[in-house]
Amino acid sequence: MTEIGSHNDVPENLPEHGSDHGHEAARKDPFANPGLPPHEFRRQDIDPKAARHSERVVTGLFVLSMLATIGFIACFVIFPVDKIVYIFPFGHVSALNFSLGLTLGVALFAIGAGAVHWARTLMSDEEITDERHRADADDQLRENVRQQWITGAKESGFGRRKMIRNSMLGALTLVPLAGVVLLRDLGPLPEKKLDHTAWAKGKKLINSNTSQPLRPEDVQVGSLTFAQPQGLEETQDDFQEQIAKAALMIVRLKPGDIKDKRERDWGHEGIVAFSKICTHVGCPISLYEQQTHHVLCPCHQSTFDLSDGARVLFGPAGHPLPQLRISVDGDGDLVALGDFEEPVGPAFWERS
Amino acid sequence: MAALVVLLFALAATGGLYAALAPAPKAQAQDSGQQSLAIEQGKKLYDVGCASCHNSNGQGSDDGPSLVGVGSAAVDFQVGTGRMPAQQPGPQVEKKKVIYTQAQIDQLAAYIASLGPGPAAPTKDQYSPADADVAKGGELFRTNCSQCHNFVGKGGALTHGKFAPSLKGSSSKHIYEAMQTGPQNMPSFPDSTMPSKDKADIIAYLHAVDTAQSPNPGGFTLGSLGPVSEGLFAWVFGLGTLLGLAVWLAARNTKAKKS
Repeated sequence: MTEIGSHNDVPENLPEHGSDHGHEAARKDPFANPGLPPHEFRRQDIDPKAARHSERVVTGLFVLSMLATIGFIACFVIFPVDKIVYIFPFGHVSALNFSLGLTLGVALFAIGAGAVHWARTLMSDEEITDERHRADADDQLRENVRQQWITGAKESGFGRRKMIRNSMLGALTLVPLAGVVLLRDLGPLPEKKLDHTAWAKGKKLINSNTSQPLRPEDVQVGSLTFAQPQGLEETQDDFQEQIAKAALMIVRLKPGDIKDKRERDWGHEGIVAFSKICTHVGCPISLYEQQTHHVLCPCHQSTFDLSDGARVLFGPAGHPLPQLRISVDGDGDLVALGDFEEPVGPAFWERS
Repeated sequence: MAALVVLLFALAATGGLYAALAPAPKAQAQDSGQQSLAIEQGKKLYDVGCASCHNSNGQGSDDGPSLVGVGSAAVDFQVGTGRMPAQQPGPQVEKKKVIYTQAQIDQLAAYIASLGPGPAAPTKDQYSPADADVAKGGELFRTNCSQCHNFVGKGGALTHGKFAPSLKGSSSKHIYEAMQTGPQNMPSFPDSTMPSKDKADIIAYLHAVDTAQSPNPGGFTLGSLGPVSEGLFAWVFGLGTLLGLAVWLAARNTKAKKS
């Protein structure tokens, strides 16, 4: 910063205020603290009319807030909870939700805006310099505290009554154990629960739509059906836990289209049953394309080929979808020949 | 001679009695005559509009699948939504302007249905019965359809340029036919695994959530995509507004200096 040409360009304020002391100093030492720039006044400081105008604006905002609060109460009383109105561009919205949100929003915003406008236009904006005080206490005070500490230690007998001291230290050491023990509730480890599902030999495949056993003639080529194990009811306490592992999607391919021999053998006349849980992180996965036989996971785009043992075609999944061995029982219903051979869902540690 | 007369008399009596007592087959013959006329008309339309890909008797070619056994429901859906005849090959044949009249579509459907048994186009009682259960439909939709079509039918992406279209504005009949026949890469949901009543419930649910008149108590749907679009909106517009307010709070006051 140079002082050339600056001396005469000091912004001229209406009331003569401040001095060019800072500029004098700058001339002698360009790195000296230039001090505060001269204070500039706002229109409200010098024009009573402008000040009155600001006052009216601030008051108006506070009054607006009051009206909005009254409006809020009125809307709460007036609108029934199920009234739907059309408001552009929001569409068909709940009259109650919309009016309560709008009025409360205005009520709160007007208080804030009024306060800010008040501070910016009418409250003093005089710049102030305040020196920092020393960070440490003075010597006298420090000596006082030290003496008090020594007296306290002597009077408590902390150094003399060793039994009390040691037992206290013991108590303080043990107390945190209570918190550590509570961490046990983060477990227990899943043990073998992830290895098994509700499927077992002889359990019928129940259609999730109709809750009836599925028969092979119901399942057409190109169709998609979801099934759950026989005996699993939505009213059971552990239904969610069980269906999260046992969910099954059933498709039928022309036997000639199945490239994988094991897949063909584990199905029944081209009807094959695969786990609906993605082997990557366990998203439910059933975006089945019936012409390509691809199944896409919506979470991370893992793609499986249901015509080739649910091989992973693309994406982060590391394993094919587990297949359930199925056959037909004496009633002519589709039936599982056992549980999945491998854990369903994400590849967790200790898989195998 | 007498025997001949008796025989003639007996024949005449039998013929007369038959003519008098069995009028039904005559009407049936007339009915099937209309049916075969529709099939004939349909065949003519087929030869002009469809045979170049699906081959001369619907047995299919490299450019189009066999239509034997797809049924009249599939024809009504594909031609009724303008997907067929297809404009060009590609990952997916999209909905476009319908070029056939409903009468012509029915003729085409009659012809295709005559090639082999398949699902028939549904009646109004099947796709919009008065007693459809919207709540049950929602549950069925979320189990069977939402994985591709989004939980309120907004559609979504599939592999290699294919996508599940939005169901907004689709007619009840076409939604029913799509479930029944599984057009293109959509799997089918035949009556044997998803009964007609369930399909009607799903259609009722879609009409409750996916039309221009469907109420949305919270306001903007932001594409009904869930937390992704909602989060984006909150971060961009919510935070943007707060930043604007912060700038206003800290801005230099207007000064009364001369300029």
